[in-house]
Amino acid sequence: MIKNNLIIYLAILIFGLAAPFVFPAFKVQLSILCILIILAITWNVQGGEMGYNTFGNILFYGLGMYLCASVQVGMFFPLGEWTEGGGEKTFVHTPAQFFQGFAFGLAVAAIVPAIVAGLIGYSILGLRGHYFAICTLGLGVAAGEISGGIEIIGAGQGFTTPPFPNVDRLEARGEFFYFCSFIVLIFTFLAVKAIYSTRFKLVLNAIRDNEDKAEAMGIQTMKYKIIGWMISAFFCGLAGGIMGGLVGYIDSTDVAFDGREMGVFMVLMAILGGKGTLWGPVIGATLFHIFKEGFWTFFLGWQYVALGVLIVVIVIYFPEGIMGWLREKYPERFGEVVDEADRKAQVQLK
Amino acid sequence: MDFLIFQVPMLTLQAVLDGLLLGILFALIAYGMALQWGVMNIINIAQGDLVILGGYIAYFMYLYGIHPAWGVIVSPIIMYFVGVVIYKLVINKVVDRDLFISILATFGISILFMQLMNFAFGADVVLANSGYGTTMLFDNSVTLPNSKIFSAFISIVFAIGLVVYMKKSKLGRAIRATAQNARAAKILGVDTEKVYAATFGINAALCGVAGALISITFTIHPYMGLPYTIRSFMIVIVAGLGNLPGVAMSGMGLGVFEEFADYILGTEFRIGSVFLLLVLILVYRRFKLSRKREYLK
Repeated sequence: MIKNNLIIYLAILIFGLAAPFVFPAFKVQLSILCILIILAITWNVQGGEMGYNTFGNILFYGLGMYLCASVQVGMFFPLGEWTEGGGEKTFVHTPAQFFQGFAFGLAVAAIVPAIVAGLIGYSILGLRGHYFAICTLGLGVAAGEISGGIEIIGAGQGFTTPPFPNVDRLEARGEFFYFCSFIVLIFTFLAVKAIYSTRFKLVLNAIRDNEDKAEAMGIQTMKYKIIGWMISAFFCGLAGGIMGGLVGYIDSTDVAFDGREMGVFMVLMAILGGKGTLWGPVIGATLFHIFKEGFWTFFLGWQYVALGVLIVVIVIYFPEGIMGWLREKYPERFGEVVDEADRKAQVQLK
Repeated sequence: MDFLIFQVPMLTLQAVLDGLLLGILFALIAYGMALQWGVMNIINIAQGDLVILGGYIAYFMYLYGIHPAWGVIVSPIIMYFVGVVIYKLVINKVVDRDLFISILATFGISILFMQLMNFAFGADVVLANSGYGTTMLFDNSVTLPNSKIFSAFISIVFAIGLVVYMKKSKLGRAIRATAQNARAAKILGVDTEKVYAATFGINAALCGVAGALISITFTIHPYMGLPYTIRSFMIVIVAGLGNLPGVAMSGMGLGVFEEFADYILGTEFRIGSVFLLLVLILVYRRFKLSRKREYLK
C-alpha cells in the first residue's frame, strides 16, 4: 500500500516538474490549476474537516494578493506614485529587485493574513452554521468594496503588479510563476497531510460532528478553530500573492476579492471532489478546472450560466462528491471494514 | 466634526427622510425573506436577483409605453410563477437539507440569473421614469421625489395586505401551520408541498413588487442583486423571524444608516458599509449570546 502511494506521489511530482516543458502552451493554465488546488485544499480544512462552511477565505486570498504586490513595489519605489497611473512605466524593477521584492512580498502575504485570521477568528468563529457562512460572505464582499475605495492601492482603477524583468529567455516568466505555484502546492499538500495525521484533525472532526460535545470533552474548541483558520489563511495568502504576480493586474472586486468567482470556486471544487478527504479537493479542482477552461473556451459568454447550473447540479445531486461516491462504492479501499451480511441486508432494504 | 451633514440640519433631515422611504422598501424584501426562512428553513441568496428581475419587468413596460407604476401589479403576478418554477426545479430538493446546501444552491441560481439578465437586458444601469415630479419641503431645502413617496406607500399597502391575507385566508393559515410544525400540518391534511411552492411564489411576488418600485425610484442593474439579499438577511436577523413590526423598524433603520454612511464616508463605501454592518451585527449578537453560553441558531 505504502509502495503504491509512493509511486503515485513520484508520478505526480515528475509530471509536475516536466509539465511546463512538455506542454509549454499550458503553463499559465497549469499554474492556475495549482492555485485552485491550494485554495480547494485550504477550504477543505474549514468546510470539510471542521464543518465551518466559509465563503470568507477569499478575504485572505485577496489580502495576500494586494500585500504581495504592495510590498514588491513599496520596497523600492513610492507606492502612491506607482498606482496613481503610469508608475509601472517610469519605475522599472531590476531582476534582483523583482525577485527580492517578490520573495518578501510572499512572506508578508502569507503571514499577515494568518495574523488577521487569528485576530478576527475569535469573533467570527463564535458564529455557527449558516450565520458563519453569511458572515464570511459579507466579510469578503465588504473587503472588496472597501479596497475599491482606497487610493494608495489603486482604488477602482486597479493595481498593476511589477512586470517581469527582462531576462534573455522568453519563457522565463511562465516557468517562474509555474514553479512558484507548484512548489507552494507541494508545500501546502504536505503540510495539510502532516496535519491530518495528527490529533489536530481528530479535534477538527469532533468540532464538525458535535461542537458542544467536543467542548464538554474538555477540548478548547475555539483555540483549535482559530488555529485551523490561521493555517487556511496562511496558504490562501500565499496563493493570492502568486496569483497577483501571474495575472499582472489587481482589481478589487474582479481579481482580488472575487467572491463571485474564486470564492465560490473553492467551495465548489472541494464539494465536487468530496468534503473531508485529503485527495478530494485535488481531484475536484482538477476536474473543475478542465471543465471550466473547456467551457470558457468553447462557449464564451455562457460561462456564468453554465457555472450557475453546475453549482445547482453539484450541490443537489453530488453533495458527497467524487470521493464520497467512491467510498460508498468501494468501502474496503478506504480501510472500512464491511460486514458482507450487513451490506446485503442494506441492499435488500433499499 | 466638520462633516457637511452635521452643519446643515436640513441635510440631516433629508438623509433621514430618504433613508426612511428607502428602508420601507428594504423591509418589504426582508419580509419575503423572513417568510421563506420561517416556513421552509432556507436562506435564499437569489432574493436580490428576484428583486432585480421584477424591476426589469417594470422597466420593459416603461420601454413599451406603459406607465411603469402598472409594474406593481404585473410584476408580482409574473414573479409568482417564476418563483413557483424555481421551487419546482431546485428548492424542493433542498428544503429538508442542511442550510448551507440551500445557501449554495441559491447562490448558483443567483449567478445564473445575473448572467441571464445580463444577456437579456444588457449591462447598462437603467431606470423607469415615472414622471411623478418632486415635492419641495421647508423652503425648497428638502427635496422628496414623489416616486419615493409612492413606492413607500405601495410597499406599506402590500405589506398590510399580506399580513391580512396570512391571518384570514385558508392558504395563509396553512402556511402558518406549516411554519409551526410541518409534520403535524401534513398529518392534519395540509399539502405541505403546495404550501412550500406557494410560499416561495409569494416571496418572489413580494420581490417583484419591490423590484418594480426600485426601478421607478432608483436604478437597476443585473449585478446589483447581492446587496439586497444581504440587506434583507441583516434585517431579518436583527428583527427575528416572525416579528413584523421589528422587520419594518430595522428596515427603516438600515435605510437611514445607509444614507448617513453615504454622506459621511462617501458613495464608494456605501455597499461596503452595509456588508460591514452585517458582520458587526452578527459579531455583536455572538458576544451577547456567548455570555449565556449560547449561540445564534
